[in-house]
Amino acid sequence: MRRLLLAGLVALSLAACEREDREYRPDPIVTETPQKIALTTLSPGDTPPITDLSDMGAQYTANAYHVSQGKKWFSAFNCNGCHSNGGGGSGPPLMDDKWSYGGKIENIAQSIREGRPNGMPSWRGKITDEQIWELAAFVLSMSGNVTSDVANGRNDDMAGKPPENMTPQQPPQPGGQVPKSAESPQ
Amino acid sequence: MSWPEALDPKGPEADAVAGLIWSFTGLCAFIWVLVMVALAVALIRRHRQSEDPLAVTIGEERRVEWIVGGLAVLTGLIVIGLTFISYGAQARIFGLGGGDVAIDVIGHQWWWEVRYPSDTASATVVTANELHVPVGKLVRLRLTSTDVIHSFWVPSLIGKADLIPGRTNTLAFTADRPGVYAGQCAEFCGLQHTHMGIRVIAEDDADFTAWKAGQVAAAHEPATPAQAAGKAAFLSNPCVSCHAIRGTTAGGTLGPDLTHLASRTTIAAGTAELTRGTLAAWIADPQGMKPGTNMPTMKLSAADLNTLVDYLMGLK
Repeated sequence: MRRLLLAGLVALSLAACEREDREYRPDPIVTETPQKIALTTLSPGDTPPITDLSDMGAQYTANAYHVSQGKKWFSAFNCNGCHSNGGGGSGPPLMDDKWSYGGKIENIAQSIREGRPNGMPSWRGKITDEQIWELAAFVLSMSGNVTSDVANGRNDDMAGKPPENMTPQQPPQPGGQVPKSAESPQ
Repeated sequence: MSWPEALDPKGPEADAVAGLIWSFTGLCAFIWVLVMVALAVALIRRHRQSEDPLAVTIGEERRVEWIVGGLAVLTGLIVIGLTFISYGAQARIFGLGGGDVAIDVIGHQWWWEVRYPSDTASATVVTANELHVPVGKLVRLRLTSTDVIHSFWVPSLIGKADLIPGRTNTLAFTADRPGVYAGQCAEFCGLQHTHMGIRVIAEDDADFTAWKAGQVAAAHEPATPAQAAGKAAFLSNPCVSCHAIRGTTAGGTLGPDLTHLASRTTIAAGTAELTRGTLAAWIADPQGMKPGTNMPTMKLSAADLNTLVDYLMGLK
C-alpha cells in the first residue's frame, strides 16, 4: 500500500514538469502562426464572424519558460518605454481589465504582430513569431490571467509592484471596470 | 592556445596570485605537519604516573601555559601576516592605481561585451568575447553585468572577479608574452554558463594599434551582389532588433555588435571557431548549437541564409 502511494506521488510530481518544459526550438517550417481573429462581433448573415485559432495560445500561456522569456523581451524591446511596467504611459495600461482589442492571448499576439492605431508599432519581421507569443503570454500574466505557477515569481529589477504570480486575476471586462476611486460622486 | 593554467602564470599579476596560492598552501601544509608530529609524539610518549593524579606541579603548569600562550600568539601573528600578504596581492590585481589601457567588460547571458572607452565617441571600440591587449602594458578592466552575476577568469593571466549588476569591480593584469589566452565565466549564470568563453589576445603595440584602428573603422560595405543581398536580408529580418552594425539602421543592443564580426575568432562566446560553416549553422539553428540562448531561430530561406553569411563574413 505504501509503495503504491509512493509510486502515485512520484507519478503526480511528474505532472508538474510540463509548466517547466523548455521548448527552445520552435517548429522549423512555420514562420508565422496562421490564424484568423475577428475584431468585431458583427458579420453579414446569421453566423458570427469566423475565427480560426491555433493552439499556440494555450501552449504559451501554460509554460513558465515562455512567460519568463516574454518578461525579458518586454524590457529588451522597449515595450516598457510606452506601457511602463504594465501601468501604462503613452500606451495603455496592461495590468487592468480593459482590452481595447480583446483580452485573449490571440488578440494580444495580433496587436503586437500587426500594430494598432495611435502609436503601437507592428513587430512583424522585427522579432520572431515565437517571441511575439512569449510577449503576449507575459502581457496576459500582468493582469493575473495565467495560472500563478506559470507566472513569474520575481522581478529582476526594483519594481513598484509585486511579481506577476502575486497579481490578483482581473478577467477582461467590456470597457473595463471603473475603479472605486474613479466613481462619481465620490 | 594552450590549456589555461593558474599555476603557470603568464604575467606579473598572475604571478602574484600564484604566489599567494603557493605561500598559503606551503605555510598551512608545514603547520599541519608540525601539528600532526606533535600529536603523534603526545600519543606515543607515555606520561609518568604520579602517586596522586590530582597533584599540581607549579613549574610544569607554568611551562605549559607559556607554550600554549606562545602558540596562540604565533597563530595570531601568522594570520595577520597572511592577511597582509593577501592585501598586497589584492592591491595589485584590483588595479587601484589605474592602468595604461582601460577596458569595460559587461557580462550578458551568455556572452561578454567588451568596450574600449574613449573621450571621442567615434573612437570607442565595441566588440564581444575577445579582449585584445598590448603586451607589457597594465590593462585595467572595469567589470559589470546587465542581468545576473558572472565572473571573469583567465587563469593564465588573472582572476577571478565577479561581474555584478549595478556595481563595477576592477581587475588589472599584464600579459608578458604575445599569445592567445583562454578564459571562462566562473560563476554559474544559467543554462549556457558552460558556453560563455572569452579569449585574451595579447599582441605587440603595433598590432594592437592596427587592430584598434580596424575596429573603429566603418563596417565594410558589400563588395559583391551576394553580399548586398545579404545586407538587405539582415536589415529586413529580426536580426536588427538585437544586433548593431554601425552605419546601418541596425542598432540593437541586446546581442553582440556585429560591425566587425569577421575579425573575431569565435562565435557565440567561444562555442565554435568562426568559419563560414559554423556561422551558417549558428544562424540557421542557434538552439541546436547553444540550447536556451537568447538568439531565436529565424527560419530564413536558404538563399537569404547564404547571402547573409556572405555579408557577415565580409565584415572584417
